[in-house]
Amino acid sequence: MPFDTAYEAITEENDSERWAFGTGFTDPLAGVDTSVPDGVDGADLAAYCLMLGDDALVMSHRLQQWLARAPELEEETALANIALDLLGQARLLFTRAGAADGTGRTEDDYAFLRGEREFRNVRLAEATDSDFAGLIARLLVFSTWRLALLTRLARSADPVLAAVAAQGVKELTYHRDYAAQWLIMLGDGTSYSRERAAAALTAVAPLVSELFEPTAVESRLAAAGVAVDPSQLLAEFADVIAQVVDKATLTWPKALGLAGVSGQAGRDGIHTEAMGFLLAELQSVARATPGATW
Amino acid sequence: MTTQESEGNVVVSAPPPRSGWPLFEVFLRSKRGLNHVHVGSLHAADPQMALRHARDLYTRRNEGVSIWVVQAADITASSPDEKDPFFAPSGDKVYRHPTFYEIPDSVPHM
Repeated sequence: MPFDTAYEAITEENDSERWAFGTGFTDPLAGVDTSVPDGVDGADLAAYCLMLGDDALVMSHRLQQWLARAPELEEETALANIALDLLGQARLLFTRAGAADGTGRTEDDYAFLRGEREFRNVRLAEATDSDFAGLIARLLVFSTWRLALLTRLARSADPVLAAVAAQGVKELTYHRDYAAQWLIMLGDGTSYSRERAAAALTAVAPLVSELFEPTAVESRLAAAGVAVDPSQLLAEFADVIAQVVDKATLTWPKALGLAGVSGQAGRDGIHTEAMGFLLAELQSVARATPGATW
Repeated sequence: MTTQESEGNVVVSAPPPRSGWPLFEVFLRSKRGLNHVHVGSLHAADPQMALRHARDLYTRRNEGVSIWVVQAADITASSPDEKDPFFAPSGDKVYRHPTFYEIPDSVPHM
């Protein structure tokens, strides 16, 4: 078959109307029963979806802030891909939350019209990055933790969460690999890159302990087989991080966890100063022009 | 970039190139494709990074199931100057094509 461009040759169907989309796309929720399972508290399920959705949305936004200032064009595209994967997870989880809590709120309502105290993401997701190494260290921690979480969540009693998690596992496996390769390259690179990689680990270490502290919602849903108890993830997390840090010839710094306010942290809606600036940017267009579409 | 030499002369030299990463060429095979097709090029520090970059730059729209990368400097290519001695001699030898045979329908990809 003759082709004008290589891209025509590599797409499965030569459907000129949809040339930009390639082929073979799949909907992760195809054929999944979207009703809330019996015996599962809708409000709890919605709260849990918001926790995981907010983690993804906020981390995605931080990644997007690297676009146009990444060190290389190729890395910029890689970061954009990771950000888009996470945004896709957030959209599915927000939609699930709207169905589970019975309010019928849309993904946009959750992303753009909630205040800072209503966001339930861990503070790791909202942290700023002082340099590329900082982003890589944070992404490694985030994706290692989230991959361990979604791997277990793929067996959730909620079929929608299970489907979203199964899709996310493939994505997170790549994110973790990407971040691990870069940390090894920076840590085992020049003395200058090594110094910055070590500083990045020091910056991220205080944000780690929060990832493994279960909230009451998570504990209740974990008992019902719907959610994952995050304290169960620590062993796998520590093992993976130790391997990567060792290969990068670095050491994981000893650090006290970042204190919350009266024992409350990200999952309770208590965030760091960086969160307000992030939301101001994320929500400014939607708030300035309510209901706008294009 | 300027350097002050001992005699006091100022030597001006061009700044180093922004990216020191070598160029790689990318080849993709699609799900139903029979062979890898050249789709473009990219910069990367080593072949493993080139493979990841190729995944991120050239398979975003579900195009491929297999990627090859090869450093552009490792490709030996024919020169446009040699076009005639290389390719023109076969231009009139129509008998080299199997057009004088009946090809069964069951033989694909001829």
